[in-house]
Amino acid sequence: MTVSRGFRVCLALSVLLTALLVTSIVAGRVWIPFRVLTDPADPRWLILSELRAPRTLLGVMVGAALGLSGAALQGYTRNPLADPGVLGVSSMAALGAVVTLYFGLAGAAGWVLPLFAMGGAAAGVVTLILVAGPAGDAVSFLLAGVILGSLATAGVALALTLAPNPWAASEITQWLMGSLADRSFDDLRNSLPFVVVGAALLMISGPALDALTLGETGARGLGVSLRRVQILIAAGVGLTCGASVAVTGVIGFVGLIVPHLMRRLVGARPAGLLVPSALAGACLLLAADILARVIPGANEIQVGVMMAALGAPFFLALLLSMRRRLT
Amino acid sequence: MTTPIDLIAEGLTVKLGGAAVVDNVTLTFCPGKVTAVVGPNGAGKSTLMTCLAGVRRPGAGIVRLGDAPLPELTDRRRAQAIGYLPQTPEVAWPLDVRTFVCLGRTAHRGLFGAGPADVRAVDQALEATGLKTFADRIVTTLSGGERARVLIARALAGEPSWLLADEPLTGLDVGHQLDTAVLLRRIADAGAGVIVTLHDLHFAARAADRLVVMVAGRVIADDAPVDALTPKVLATAYGLDAHWVEGADGPLLDVAWRRTAPRD
Repeated sequence: MTVSRGFRVCLALSVLLTALLVTSIVAGRVWIPFRVLTDPADPRWLILSELRAPRTLLGVMVGAALGLSGAALQGYTRNPLADPGVLGVSSMAALGAVVTLYFGLAGAAGWVLPLFAMGGAAAGVVTLILVAGPAGDAVSFLLAGVILGSLATAGVALALTLAPNPWAASEITQWLMGSLADRSFDDLRNSLPFVVVGAALLMISGPALDALTLGETGARGLGVSLRRVQILIAAGVGLTCGASVAVTGVIGFVGLIVPHLMRRLVGARPAGLLVPSALAGACLLLAADILARVIPGANEIQVGVMMAALGAPFFLALLLSMRRRLT
Repeated sequence: MTTPIDLIAEGLTVKLGGAAVVDNVTLTFCPGKVTAVVGPNGAGKSTLMTCLAGVRRPGAGIVRLGDAPLPELTDRRRAQAIGYLPQTPEVAWPLDVRTFVCLGRTAHRGLFGAGPADVRAVDQALEATGLKTFADRIVTTLSGGERARVLIARALAGEPSWLLADEPLTGLDVGHQLDTAVLLRRIADAGAGVIVTLHDLHFAARAADRLVVMVAGRVIADDAPVDALTPKVLATAYGLDAHWVEGADGPLLDVAWRRTAPRD
């Protein structure tokens, strides 16, 4: 029953995603009619191929990466408030990226910055696992995440302020409030392979995440190697989340909201949430980005700001409903 | 179900914070029997159980499944043979009963969901625990008695040749304790070995074929229930002045309302 239901939800999400893909290509400051798709001579073809297409595909990739890593982190921590943003993993990735800018390493090759971002994210997850301890309960995980996030955010600001860079202030916001605007196919090429490998690792961890429903001792009794799950999660979240942040900066709350919504549709089994969360993450980020583009204003709103505006109240509502259940 | 083989502990020692919680314990458990491990709080019962289940490596000594030392088995193979119910069972997500019981198949199934053998085993486990009509209920909303059955069903779904349950009766009313004890007996009669830790000595005496009494990490008695819990053992283990009397339907423990010795 759950299987067929999950399948139906995935199908519906795929349809929604396709619709959003088309909308994302068409919508924006300049609306592009469909016939341009087959007419490379049209001047708007350039907007389509150089701006809209990479932006849309990046939105799908990053949204899916964040949704998936959120679902995996919630499964691992057994905490519905976990998410790469809340736990400071995204900020650690941003710190890793910014460090390469500060030391001028990023120019050496296209893969240096993503590599450091992924390293930062993986280091973040490892720190969380170490700090929260083997019995890592919900509260110590969140606290460790808050500390990690604050430190990394301060590190980003510090590096960019000290850097010989007249645009420090705007760069800081770029990294801490991510955006999909003005990205190229190169960005996609530099990140997609890592996201794919990371996603595969997280998918492999599925049965172990299910077993963790019984707690760490229970999971071990079911033959699950905790070390193996920890490595899979650290590497998987490091790759997906790090590679995403390297291209777009920190976009929060996708990984928080999406698994929560999906849990209502497909049930709470952690492994069953992975694929729907990836699809729904892609839908959510793409929708938010379309919204950010079409809202009139002098400057385009960053999609990271958009997600924070949507996500923070959601986080609050979630906290309140959890508290109501506990008392 | 795999062919029944003995579960053997040899010289098990576990030290926590410098103190030996389990101290040189050597025991052989036989399949088809219910063995109850009893003893006062802090006697090392749960630690012994985690070692027997292979979820904790003892500091010294070894646990063998037949001829095979547990550390030489893969995690998967070990989990197929030994079903373990921890003392404080955690249920992190509001899963439906069927999905939850299916977690017991973790060591059997591949990466891609449950096969027909898994579905059959889960059905049988639900049947054996009388949970057929509960299959779609959410585990976290069940009562204590229902949840105890779901937890046992989860272990049974793995079709283990050994079931190790750490205080499965704790928190249940007497009626549900009886139900659970009867269920454990049926599992042993079906050929599996059952090891339980219990606090209620009366229940232990009635439900088990054999009692192992632990005090301060050591085994001080190991015999048929009433024979193991002599007045002397009861005094040493619990500081109780108690002895067994013949009840209408089996032995009853007659406990004097005072400690034999002040305990610190």
